[in-house]
Parts: sequence; C-alpha cells; structure tokens
Amino acid sequence: MSEFNRRRFLEGSAGVAATATLAGSALFSPLANAQTLALKPEKGATLRVLRWSRFVQGDIDAYMVNVKKFTEKTGIPVRVDNEGWEDVRPKAAVAANTGAGPDIILSTNDDANLYPDKLLDVTDLAEYLGKKYGGWYPAGQAFLKQDGKRWIGLPLGAAGAMMVYRESMVKAVGFDSFPKTTDDFLKMMKALQAKGTPGGMALGNATGDSLWCNWLIWSFGGKLVDTNNKVVIDSPETQKALEYGKELYATFIPGTLSWLDPNNNKAFLDGQISVTNNGISIYVAAKNSTDPKVKEMAADIQHAVYPIGPVGMSTESTIFFNQMIMKYTKYPQAAKEFLRFMMEQEQFGPWLTGAQAYVATPLDGYSKLPIWTSDPKNTPYRDAVKNMRPTGYAGKLGYASAGATADFIVVNMVAEAISGSKTPKEAMERAQKRAERYYKV
Amino acid sequence: MTTLEKLQNNRNALGMMFMLPAALLLVLFLTYPLGLGVWLGFTDTKVGRDGVWIGLENYEFLWGDAVTRLALFNTLFYTFVASVFKFVLGLWLALLLNRNIRFKTFFRAVILLPYIVPTALSAIAFWWLYDAQFSIISWVLVKMGLIDRYIDFLGEPWNARLSVIAANIWRGVPFVAITLLAGLQTISPSYYEASAIDGATRWQQFRHVTLPLLTPIIAVVMTFSVLFTFTDFQLIYVITRGGPLNATHLMATLSYQRAISGGALGEGAAISIAMVPFLLAAIMFSYFGLQRRAWQQGGQDK
Repeated sequence: MSEFNRRRFLEGSAGVAATATLAGSALFSPLANAQTLALKPEKGATLRVLRWSRFVQGDIDAYMVNVKKFTEKTGIPVRVDNEGWEDVRPKAAVAANTGAGPDIILSTNDDANLYPDKLLDVTDLAEYLGKKYGGWYPAGQAFLKQDGKRWIGLPLGAAGAMMVYRESMVKAVGFDSFPKTTDDFLKMMKALQAKGTPGGMALGNATGDSLWCNWLIWSFGGKLVDTNNKVVIDSPETQKALEYGKELYATFIPGTLSWLDPNNNKAFLDGQISVTNNGISIYVAAKNSTDPKVKEMAADIQHAVYPIGPVGMSTESTIFFNQMIMKYTKYPQAAKEFLRFMMEQEQFGPWLTGAQAYVATPLDGYSKLPIWTSDPKNTPYRDAVKNMRPTGYAGKLGYASAGATADFIVVNMVAEAISGSKTPKEAMERAQKRAERYYKV
Repeated sequence: MTTLEKLQNNRNALGMMFMLPAALLLVLFLTYPLGLGVWLGFTDTKVGRDGVWIGLENYEFLWGDAVTRLALFNTLFYTFVASVFKFVLGLWLALLLNRNIRFKTFFRAVILLPYIVPTALSAIAFWWLYDAQFSIISWVLVKMGLIDRYIDFLGEPWNARLSVIAANIWRGVPFVAITLLAGLQTISPSYYEASAIDGATRWQQFRHVTLPLLTPIIAVVMTFSVLFTFTDFQLIYVITRGGPLNATHLMATLSYQRAISGGALGEGAAISIAMVPFLLAAIMFSYFGLQRRAWQQGGQDK
C-alpha cells in the first residue's frame, strides 16, 4: 500500500484508534480492514437499498443471505426493494433530484455520471477494495472514477453478454470452435444460414440485446465520439462496419428488426436460431427447464466471447452495474460499511456464485473464483467487465452519452444501414447529426 | 351576527367555500403539474440537475429533429386511423346491440372485455400475436398454405404502424360502442314509430333520427377517444418500444424515452407540451364542430 493511499484513509477516518491498526499484514484480514477504513456505522442506523431485480433467482437469494448476515453482524436493519432494471433509472433520478429515498442504489450504465454531485465520495472504499482484490477493471474506472481521481460509486459488475450458440449446429457447418475474428464469424453465419440454421441478433429498440451494434462499430474502429466528446461516427471505419453488418444481416433469421430483449431468448430456446448474443440467461433457463427437450438443449449450448475485428482487441458492450451511495443519506458510514461488507470475498464470492455467472466480476481478484471454471460454459462470461467499453466510448460519460444511448442512435443507424432501408452513408450522416445534438457542437 | 354567521348567510361566500376543496384538488393535481411541465419545457433541466431558462431552445431543437417529426407524424396517423375505425366499428356494434337480440345483456357485458383487461396485458398478448417467430396469425396462414413465410408484423415500418393501430382499435372499440349504445337508448321509440308511419326507410331513420340525436354523445365520446389515442403509451411501449427504426414512436413514448431513459427532463417535457395544441384542437373541433344546435335538431347550417 502506498503512502498516498494510507494518508487518504487517514484523512477519511475520524477515529484515532484506526491509526493503530493501519500498518502491516493485519490489513488483509477483513476485521482489521473495517478498522482501517474507520467505518463507524452511525448509532441507530437503518439502510434502504434499491436494486435492479433478478435475471436469475439465485442472484437475489444469495444477495439477501448476505444482507441478513450484515444485519446480524452489525445490528443495522436493511430494507431491500427490487425493481425491473429499467425502472431503477427514473427512480434513482428522482431520488437524486429530490434528495430523499433509498440510501444505496444499485443502478445501471452511466446513471452515476448523470448526477455525480449527488453521490457520496467512496474513493477510500474503492481504493481499499481495489488493492485487496486485484484491482478494478478499466471499464469500471471509466464509469465511476470521476476525472480519473474521485470514485463516485463502486462497480458491481456487468450483465455479461456473449455469443450464445448451438455447438452441434456450428460443428455441422465445419467450425470446431467459435470463430475468433469477424471475418470467420461472417463465414460461419453464411454457412449456418445456407444450412437452414440461421442466427439472429436484436435490432429493435432493445436496451440490452441491441448493444451488439456497439461491438460491430467498435470492431472496425468506428466510434460515436472521440476523447474530446467530438462526434466522429460519420467515418470510413463506421462505413466498413456497416458494410460488414449488411452482409451479416443477410444471414439473420427474418424479423430481427422488431426484436426486443426477450425475442432472441424465445427463438433460441425454441430451436429456431443457432447463434445469438445474450446473457447467460438462455443457458440457465435451458438447464433449469422442466421441459425435457429444452433441458437436453442445455448440453448443446455453448458460449464464446465476441469475435475480434480489424482493430485487434476486444470491443464488447454490456450492461454495467453500479453501486451508488446517495449523498443525502443520514448514515454514510453505515452505507459504506454495507458496500464494503457485500464486496468482501466472504459475501461477494457466494453472491457471484449464486448469480450463476450472470454477473461478471468488476475486480480481477474474483476472476479466480471456481464459479467461472466449474462449468466451462461460464468461463466466457468471466471477462465481460474486463473486455467491455462504456457505451459512450471514447468520450466522457454524462448526460450526452446517456441521452445518445437512450435514443438508440447507434442501434438505429446500424439497423437502418444493414437492413438496407438507408445507405450506410445516409445512416451515418443521420447518426452524426442526431449525436451532435446531444454532444452540442 | 358574527363574521362566521355572516359568511354562512352570504350565498357567494358559501358557494366559494363549497368549491374550495374541488378547486384545491384541481390546482394541486392538475394545474400545478401542467404548469410545472410547461415551465420544464422552457428549461434545460436534466434528471438530478436543475435547469435554467432557455426560452424556446427545446422547441427549436425538436423542430429540427427528424425523430420528433417522425413521432409527430406517427401520432397523427395513429390517432386519425384508429379513431375513424373505432368510430365506425363502435357505432356499428352499438346499433347491433341496440336491437332486440337474444342474450342481449350477455353480449353487452362481453363486449366490454377488451376494455377491462389491463392494457399492459392485452399489449403482451398482441406482442405474441405479432411475434416474428411465434405469431399464431402467421402460423395459421402458413399452415393453410396462404403464405410461405412468416409476416414481419413489427419489423417493417408500415406493417408495424398498422399492427399497433389494430391493437389500439381492438382495445378502444368497446368504449365507443357501449357509450354510443347508452346514447341510442335515450332516443325515444316514438320518433321511430312516427317516422315509420311516414314511410321512412331504415337508412332514412338512421340518417334523420338516430344520427342527429346521437351527435352530442358522438361528440363527447370521440373527443375522449381521440384524446386517449393521441396520448397512448402502454401499447407502444410494450409491443415495439417505438421501433423498428422509430416507426411507431408516438409523442408520449418519445417524451418518456428522452426524459426518463435519456435524462433530458426539459426536452421530454417540451415534447409532452407540444401535444397540448393538438389536443386542444381536437376538443375545439368537437365542441364547435359537432355540437351545433341547428344541426343536432335536424336543421341545416345557416
């Protein structure tokens, strides 16, 4: 631990007793760490947590077990409210706006960047956890480390989206493993379509599953904005991506323009598509299905990371999860202690395990948990946070990125261009114009 | 007399006092939110951040925004087509139900079902009906050999528009039908007897007795129907989320997308407020256009 950080801890701590336990190896036992951080939950503290609701039941079960443990240990009652993940955003916004509501909110994507001033600074906590568990992945830092310095929340993970495919069908067209490059991927998709077992990915206004459009653009070096938030989507790189996308779209099952988030799950589990992009939920649903035919399919379901395009690196896009402590909370110390407790391996490990690999780890240290390798089908999901970029890549996150994402600018552009309703050039120009309004030039 | 007694004996003061609770409710739950919406539309408020007055900037922005223009077109198209169909089908149904048919009360009750089912639920049902892979409509047609591939109900812009309109009509017809039926039953049978004695045909009876007497009800019910359709949200949000390519975005859904998902409260409010003139126009039309006395009483416009 560096001097700098130690001093930071001290600054943040009120207790004198804390200094005594700071030094040495004691730091790495959880009990001592609590003291190191000098988190002293306020007397009579109670906490309210608003979180997005489960994609798999195991997540909420494990989470609630941890919450109960926390209450038993500290005597702090915690009320947890669940909401559908898209409903958390407006509720969190209202809470931030009015200064009343849950103490802790588990939100998604760039929510924290919309009201950074209304969130409690958790730099000490983030640095403590980062040091202890192998460091936060860059995507987590891009989302929550304001200006590269101040942590406005803690990364919780990401609902990893990966390529989900039917091993037998992919083998049947001559691919022993899932293609690693965009070129091979296209070849495979063409072969699958020719064989009557096409793939398909959502092109409707689907908030989660249409994120593959970001991957498509980024794979070829296109991006919505540069690091100075200048809109640069109308570019030769984007053009290439869209031309590639056109060929890809020709291999899709009909109807993907209307697909919202659940459509590909349904079509996949019904055996109508061989490849799609999704969270691990399809596999989990198949595995737990009471229908023997669907259950049988689980053995044939495989996962792979997204193919890599000409840029030569992973360019994945997934839904990111934050943990925010609202500044208005009456019990900031208790809230921080709660997050610390939940992120320690005794709790976070079982939680990730309970979530059945649905949530990818934000801390490198947790990539060694057995959940990622006990079932090899989980392994690709392990690196979702590691491989992802924020949707506002490569610019700064905030209202402009949130607005542009919510308005489906990139998704609409891709859908227009690859379905042939507009030429790639027209689609790019439209997207450029629309994005520029958000990034006000 | 004490002041209180004086007050109690003053007709005007007493009237005011009785109106006060209602006025308070209206101000609190209607005027204030509407006023706030209008105000927000002139600011650049974002979720979590107060805005400053920016005048008409939001409206200028929206005027130049292709998606907003498309949403406006969609909304007008959606409202117009759906309302016309709802009126024609609703009136037809009302006329049928007004006859002496067997199980009259049963049918009258059943007809209301689409209206009773929560919109979100019926929307999910339609979503399945229109599904690209699982549509039962497509399935039946394919099995019957009438088509050889599934219809892309929601993937093609015009298909999608018409599909959501059909869902809206299904849901809206009962309201129109039942209300018009109530109107029909207020028409005294003696008019029909009198006209029958004069040798009027059924069409003449409809044209010169039923329609004029029903006009006030039609005006009211269609005003409401237009208002509901124009501000529709749930159907679209469940079935398409405004897709494909924003072809089914209505003003209401776009407003939500911009204000809540996108965080631009000011802009979203401006979209909502931009709906008000159209709604007012609809009300004015029905008020001045359809409620003219002379026409109602079978006379001609002067």
